[in-house]
Amino acid sequence: MEYLYVFITGGIICVIGQLLMDATKLTPAHVLVLFVVSGAVLTGLGLYQPIVEFGNSGATIPLPGFGYSLAKGAMEAVQKEGLLGGIKGGVEATAAGVAAAVVFGYAVALIFSPKSKS
Amino acid sequence: MAVKKIGQQTIQFQNPPKAISAYSIVGPKEGQGPLNIWFDEVLEDDMCQEKSFEKAEGRMLRNTIISAMKKCKKTPKDIDYMLGGDLLNQLMSTSYTARDLSIPFFGLYGACSTMTESISLASVLIDGGFADHVIAATSSHFSTAERQFRFPLEHGNQRPPTAQWTVTGSGALILSSEGSGPMVTHITTGKVVDYGISDVNNMGAAMAPAAADTIATHLSDTGRMPDFYDMILTGDLGEVGKKIVLDMLMGKGFSIEKVYNDCGLMIFDNSKQDTHSGGSGCGCSAAVFCGYIYKQLQSKKVKNILLVSTGALLSTISTQQGESIPGIAHAAVFSTA
Amino acid sequence: MNMKKNQLNKKYNKYVKDISPKPNYLANSIKAFVTGGLVCVFGFAIQKLIISRGIDKETAGTIVIILLVCLSQLLTGFGVYDKLAKYAGAGLIVPITGFANSVVAPAMEYKREGIVLGVGAKLFSLAGPVLVCGYSAAVVIGIIYTLIY
Repeated sequence: MEYLYVFITGGIICVIGQLLMDATKLTPAHVLVLFVVSGAVLTGLGLYQPIVEFGNSGATIPLPGFGYSLAKGAMEAVQKEGLLGGIKGGVEATAAGVAAAVVFGYAVALIFSPKSKS
Repeated sequence: MAVKKIGQQTIQFQNPPKAISAYSIVGPKEGQGPLNIWFDEVLEDDMCQEKSFEKAEGRMLRNTIISAMKKCKKTPKDIDYMLGGDLLNQLMSTSYTARDLSIPFFGLYGACSTMTESISLASVLIDGGFADHVIAATSSHFSTAERQFRFPLEHGNQRPPTAQWTVTGSGALILSSEGSGPMVTHITTGKVVDYGISDVNNMGAAMAPAAADTIATHLSDTGRMPDFYDMILTGDLGEVGKKIVLDMLMGKGFSIEKVYNDCGLMIFDNSKQDTHSGGSGCGCSAAVFCGYIYKQLQSKKVKNILLVSTGALLSTISTQQGESIPGIAHAAVFSTA
Repeated sequence: MNMKKNQLNKKYNKYVKDISPKPNYLANSIKAFVTGGLVCVFGFAIQKLIISRGIDKETAGTIVIILLVCLSQLLTGFGVYDKLAKYAGAGLIVPITGFANSVVAPAMEYKREGIVLGVGAKLFSLAGPVLVCGYSAAVVIGIIYTLIY
């Protein structure tokens, strides 16, 4: 049953993205930015936590989940360290994923070359 | 007195230059399209053994020009001017080609309309008695255009159905004051027309009003009816743009449907090749003309052709600043009579 | 004159919208739903596996993200990811794998321009805005939360 919730939550978030791209002239880059910021704002308002509890990975793997981790990290750090925590908490909570994307991405880019498309 | 000018925007040549040689090279995908047997050369690998796509495009263009010269037994020393361009910033492919060939060079940017822009000015040089042999050549390459104007090749995204596919290809035409071949009898220079389209994935709609304007002006300047021509060809309007041109010209009282086609629709089979609205790019009208149409003219299967290359004069910066996309279209008449 | 031109442009834009083919909303949405859902289920399954080895949920979640990022970037390197995303659309753009793809794709493309100003700079050309806006949102939320807390 848990797997079904994950599937549905993840699926619905992606469909929202698809409709945004098809119906408006937003590029993938715009959609990614919009989703991260919305995820963070919804988390700040306390609205994203219930979605994560329902959909688990279905809510954390799509990009709003990245926003969720950022906002949650910031808010949790405030409780421990106050304002300083609020500034560094979000970056700290997501540092592993971002560092992996940057470093591994750099390595992949140095090894592989883009291929012609047909 | 501009004795050779007729009507608003048209020049009628008194000593029409002859197209004595033409050569075209296209990429592998174009080589699988409906016109494959007509291209002079189809690349197996669109990297052309070069290290970057930009260098590959340059090499493709250089080989096209060298082969066009060979075909009519000319060397770079016989050529007075080379006119041409491509889609890249500072005309990278064409400028480097001109460096290697060492022919006096005018670099032109008219986006995808550059082929007829080059042919127009080359014809003016010859008719005016300023040159005997002039090369008009353009190129485009899917992978260089994609990364300059759109997204990286390996980036995951979807193209809307109105998007077009940049042609990997180049064409070179040698115009001469003497010799034999189809003649350039008229040119009609287009105005920049902008109807406020800002969707970069619908270039056909942005360029179509310019094409309709140039075709209508040409017909009224020359007093010709559309069926004077065996073919009226636009450069790269695709499905959407083609429909708009037909509609707009109908509104101006010209029914061109019987003789009209678009190079971007001829070069690919959109339903099979997943090219959405059709081909685009400087190389599109250049390769279709120098490959397919030139041979039809030579064998006299067609007598009069109106070639109207169409360009979208946008840049990545104009798009980001929210500007609309201005279109331009230049027409050249080729005649065997 | 300008007013008239504006009206003409509006009329033309409407006409173009009417005659232009539309994307197939339903088919695209179904593809996005299924692929996006499957990516999440795949991540969830791995997360469960890691948790069953006695690792706490939060750490497991982070490991899953790292694995998905690396997998997506490898597929991008092999030239597969863009083909999959062309089919799946948002199903592969919206998950974290899409972000990973947008990091590596422009970087690969600018290899010939050098490893500092080419690969190094372009790595952030699409991902940069995501990080900038995401980090900004987090810091703003952090500050507001401090004030309320």
